[in-house]
Amino acid sequence: MIPAPFSYRRAGSVAEALDLCTEYGEDAKFLAGGHSLLPLMKLRLAMPEVLIDLGPVRELSYVREEDGHIAIGALTRHHDLEHSEMLARVLPLLAHAAGQVGDPQVRHRGTIGGSLAHSDPASDLPATVLALDATLVARGPAGSREIAAADFFQGLFETELEPDELLTEIRVPVPAAGAAGWSFQKFTKRAIDWAIVGVAVQGSAVALVNMAGTPVRAAGVEAALAGGATPAEAAAHAAEGTSPADDINASPAYREHLARVLVERALLEAQSV
Amino acid sequence: MSILGTRVVRTEDPRLLTGGGVYTDDLRLPELDGAARVTFVHSPIAHARITGIDTEAALASPGVVAVLTAADMDDIPDGDGRPTTEPLLATDRVRYVGEAVAIVVTEQGYQGEDAAELVSVDYEPLPAVVDFDDALAGGTLLFEGTDSNVVRTGGEPAPPGAFDGCEVVVQRTFPNQRLAPLPLEGRAAAARWADGRLTLWASTQNAQLARDALAAAVGLDAAAVRVVAPDVGGGFGAKIAVDRDTIIVAWAAKHLGRPVRWVETRNENLLGMVHGRAQRHTITIGGSRDGRILAYQLDIVQDSGAYPRGATFLPGLTQLMASGVYDLAYCGAAFRSVLTNTMPIGAYRGAGRPEATAAIERAVDLFAAEIGMDPAEVRRRNVVAPEAFPYTTASGAVYDTGDYAAALDAVLDGAGYKELRAEQARRRDEGGPVQLGIGLATYVEITAGDGAGETSRVVVDATGAATVYTGSSPHGQGHETAFAMLVTDQLGIPMDRITVIHGDTDQVPTGIGTFGSRSLQLGGTAVHQAALQVKDQARDVAAGMIEASADDLELDTASGTWQVRGDPDTALTWAAVAAQAGPAGLAAAVEFRADSPTFPFGAHVAVAEVDTQTGKATLIRHVTVDDAGKVLNPVLAEGQRHGGIAQGAAQALLEEMCYDPEGNPLTSTLADYAAITATELPSFELLAMETPTTLNALGVKGIGEAGTIGATPAVHNAVIDAVAHLGVRHIDMPATPQRVWAAINEAKGSQMGPAHMRTAQ
Repeated sequence: MIPAPFSYRRAGSVAEALDLCTEYGEDAKFLAGGHSLLPLMKLRLAMPEVLIDLGPVRELSYVREEDGHIAIGALTRHHDLEHSEMLARVLPLLAHAAGQVGDPQVRHRGTIGGSLAHSDPASDLPATVLALDATLVARGPAGSREIAAADFFQGLFETELEPDELLTEIRVPVPAAGAAGWSFQKFTKRAIDWAIVGVAVQGSAVALVNMAGTPVRAAGVEAALAGGATPAEAAAHAAEGTSPADDINASPAYREHLARVLVERALLEAQSV
Repeated sequence: MSILGTRVVRTEDPRLLTGGGVYTDDLRLPELDGAARVTFVHSPIAHARITGIDTEAALASPGVVAVLTAADMDDIPDGDGRPTTEPLLATDRVRYVGEAVAIVVTEQGYQGEDAAELVSVDYEPLPAVVDFDDALAGGTLLFEGTDSNVVRTGGEPAPPGAFDGCEVVVQRTFPNQRLAPLPLEGRAAAARWADGRLTLWASTQNAQLARDALAAAVGLDAAAVRVVAPDVGGGFGAKIAVDRDTIIVAWAAKHLGRPVRWVETRNENLLGMVHGRAQRHTITIGGSRDGRILAYQLDIVQDSGAYPRGATFLPGLTQLMASGVYDLAYCGAAFRSVLTNTMPIGAYRGAGRPEATAAIERAVDLFAAEIGMDPAEVRRRNVVAPEAFPYTTASGAVYDTGDYAAALDAVLDGAGYKELRAEQARRRDEGGPVQLGIGLATYVEITAGDGAGETSRVVVDATGAATVYTGSSPHGQGHETAFAMLVTDQLGIPMDRITVIHGDTDQVPTGIGTFGSRSLQLGGTAVHQAALQVKDQARDVAAGMIEASADDLELDTASGTWQVRGDPDTALTWAAVAAQAGPAGLAAAVEFRADSPTFPFGAHVAVAEVDTQTGKATLIRHVTVDDAGKVLNPVLAEGQRHGGIAQGAAQALLEEMCYDPEGNPLTSTLADYAAITATELPSFELLAMETPTTLNALGVKGIGEAGTIGATPAVHNAVIDAVAHLGVRHIDMPATPQRVWAAINEAKGSQMGPAHMRTAQ
């Protein structure tokens, strides 16, 4: 439970973080809240040679209303999202989902950008931003670029980010008036666990937690809804196109069943909001 | 009024709850200055021959003091020559993942894991034996020179005709799964060899047993070994005496002539501390349709793990307690302990008795379901009658005192059983997704069953303060509060002037320690008796001082003074009497040994909601009667019940230590091993009942394991009861959401099967 040797650098700003990243290249990993990376390092499943600590980069901690969207700094902590009055008003799904991550200690350290860049399909926030059609902003030596959430997650622990890019901002469009209904269903054995299966619904957008190597949109459900299906009818399509894992908590068949149950519950709850 | 039975707040808590505890790894003693750190090299393979160990690269790693293997252990006595003897460091074979193969000793702790990765061990893999049936079949043997993996058997199978005359016979096989004890503080040790003496500081439940075991293992006289148990953060039986890893640390200090220390990681704790339970039960229960149980047989396969540790005696306790609270015309039990390539099994909270209770309480519910009778009524019709005590069971246990029907009625009343059944019926009628289950368990267990006694010495000094030396050292239970209460009760010396000394073999050379819910009834009675002897000594001394007859003296326990009865002017303080007592002072040493064990009992009602769509069970109420005789301090007793219930519920709902078919552990972190937390538990409803024992002067039995023993089957039965109307009779523990969902599906399928066939015809 002691990490392999590594060098430690602190970045005071985004520019400094990018400079350090350029200096060390693929040997470096950014450290945000550390609640995903550090356990992997302690188990020696991750052995970066250099850690670039983003802790001092306070410029990336914010929630702002901008032109038609909400801009969230990548280093905003889960606790701050959970308790943001603006999010509670405009993006209650995101505020609620952030409040379901881990436990209070985790939420006080973990950041939204760290969670998204870690790209664990069992995490709550990747599916949430996918349901919200968010755009992720990455900054690298050549400047900033925008990546749609649908393109961002490439696989387990893999994203569209280049090794020299830093995720800086998450832009979430304000849901249209007709798409205000939302729900977040997280199925766990214990409160502290990762989701065995989860569902994020915003309007008629439906995304699944832990049903594949990445968070996925439940395309079959969305198509059925677009065709006028009831929640129960639409939910029957929840497992279509998914590839859930087989582990000690759940078989693929059980996960598929849970996805159907949870999607129906989520759609019904979203309707009632 | 006596302080006994009152709610005295734990005197340990201000220190322990404000970070003042000093656990083994917190020790900053001059004797441990410059201690090197021990890091273990564990086997990553469940079963393999070791064909070579190369330590060269590790030795060259920064900070490495030594890399030691079995080849370096030529300065300790040989084993006992039995083929299944467990080595300290592995010699030619490894038999479970996590087995210690070598140690790396480094200047700093962080250097150890780097160096340990550089120890190169050549393994020649052998087939792993994980499954019970594979182990019993013996296709692969764990030990050369043996012809079977079975290391111990006991009891007898049911004789022919045992179930004759039963209108109904139900048989079922189910596991009592492997659990990790998971104390908050894992294993830790520090050791020093100096002046021909080996001192071990260790997180242990029994300093004296640890000393004797360590001395034997390293070939020293017990007098040349001192063991100290500082604050110990839980053990649940898994820290009885010392295990091999702890002995290795102590040996390393002697071998190197340098103090060393070790604290395990949580990962190592889950893999390397003994596991508990790990039995497979086949129950056969028979009786009449009017609810009378006539015959019961429990056949046990005990997974021993890779070496015969606790599995040699644990199933014997299961066998002993097989009949539970019931008066049965026939009850039999038999066990086979079998080796597998997994972590060895040892004592874990209840240690053999929870398994017995889980088996028969599940069996009684299966029987009740088969005859269609309320499980409470079946229990009421079969429990041992109150006038039958002392009651000797078929297995030879002598239940001292009890009133099992009263405990059952009390808990049913306290839970509102009738109303719960009505609510259950209402939900079933409505057919909603969330159904209600009500689970019962009645239990009796054996405490202080080890047959040994316990020591105490009580001393009152010339300042009027008292010191208690006890062989019973705590690992969280509150012995200091309890034993001080016993002294203040008899002597009237205020609790803040009483010091309780334990867990240091130089200060308390003889003792047994804490396990098997023995401490109050043995250690406490010893303290009580020593206090009485000190009181008698003081009476004689005070009589001489006052020049009165000893018979005329009284001790005013409110003020802590001796006086001639009714004459406060003659009052003498403890300080004055002790000062007069001469060089020997006021002191008494007692070893108390009870004539036989005590048998606490109780009844639990668990109420669970089960989401029949997802399979998730939630415990929403848990009501218990846990009768352990007289209660010394309800705060301490309820604390034991709370923790026990939580661990018992955890076995029913969540916890299981899993291995894959190759013997790789699957639950080696707390993300995977689903230890229960407060969010998964309701507030417990504890009802009071006290049926004293006559086996000790305090009338007390043990309470440490009762909650665990009663809670597991109650919660387990509640989950099954919630879906019984869907046709489910049984779900294996832990009743995880997936298992509950699968059971509902299977019941639906079996109900649909015949209907489809009929349609086809």
